[in-house]
Amino acid sequence: MAPDSWYLALSAVLFAIGVVGVIVRRNPLVIFMSIELMLNAANVAFVAFGHRHGSADGQAIVFFVMAVAAAEVAVGLAIIVAIFRLRHRLSVDDLSLMRW
Amino acid sequence: MGTVAFVLIAGIAVGSALGLVFKRNPIHAALFLVVNLGAVAVLYLTLGAEFLAVAQIAVYAGAIMVLFLFAIFVLIPAREETTPDPRRSYRILALPVGAALLGVLGFVVAASVRAQAPPAPAAPDGVEAIARLLFTDYLFPFEVTSVLLLAAMVGALLLSRRREG
Repeated sequence: MAPDSWYLALSAVLFAIGVVGVIVRRNPLVIFMSIELMLNAANVAFVAFGHRHGSADGQAIVFFVMAVAAAEVAVGLAIIVAIFRLRHRLSVDDLSLMRW
Repeated sequence: MGTVAFVLIAGIAVGSALGLVFKRNPIHAALFLVVNLGAVAVLYLTLGAEFLAVAQIAVYAGAIMVLFLFAIFVLIPAREETTPDPRRSYRILALPVGAALLGVLGFVVAASVRAQAPPAPAAPDGVEAIARLLFTDYLFPFEVTSVLLLAAMVGALLLSRRREG
């Protein structure tokens, strides 16, 4: 059984990769997937800490994170499809109307 | 034995995450994400979180990924990032930013290792513990989740409706 700190380190690595993905990619779908990656990294940290402290609270919170992620994906993808219908292009660089 | 398994699964998780970020085709990215989610589900199993492992497969690899693939197929003309990136010089900065973030997170993890937690009482791991928590301490958030999912469903329907007239 690997120590809990290894799980935390893995969680940090996955989170950092997710951040890089959000910055680097131009396709909003892939940006979305990178966000899912970051949510998952946070979930791993939750479960690892819960394991370390011998409580199931971490797991309960991960359950809620999953529910929120499902809702977020449903609405987010609907928004992306709606934008694509309007513009027929899909790059986050085009969506600068509300940028300061 | 457990350590070897962890290293193996962690390697798969990190590799698939890198593939997700650096592959150009979003379909490949989606499939890499499935691999990553599966690897994380196995990690949950090694941590004694069986319920989460199953929920991870059902909710993420099942529902969410199918939604992603549907969206990719609907948006197929836009699926490639073919044109040269006009903001390449900015996006290169993502790598040092990510490295800096990783450094900070590593520092935090190291600090949490040094602040060694007192050995906790043996955890009532497994499905029973999380079920008891969800229906006692977390009952209200649990119920609110159903409202959230309903709102998301209505919102998705409303957004994807074709406007007529």
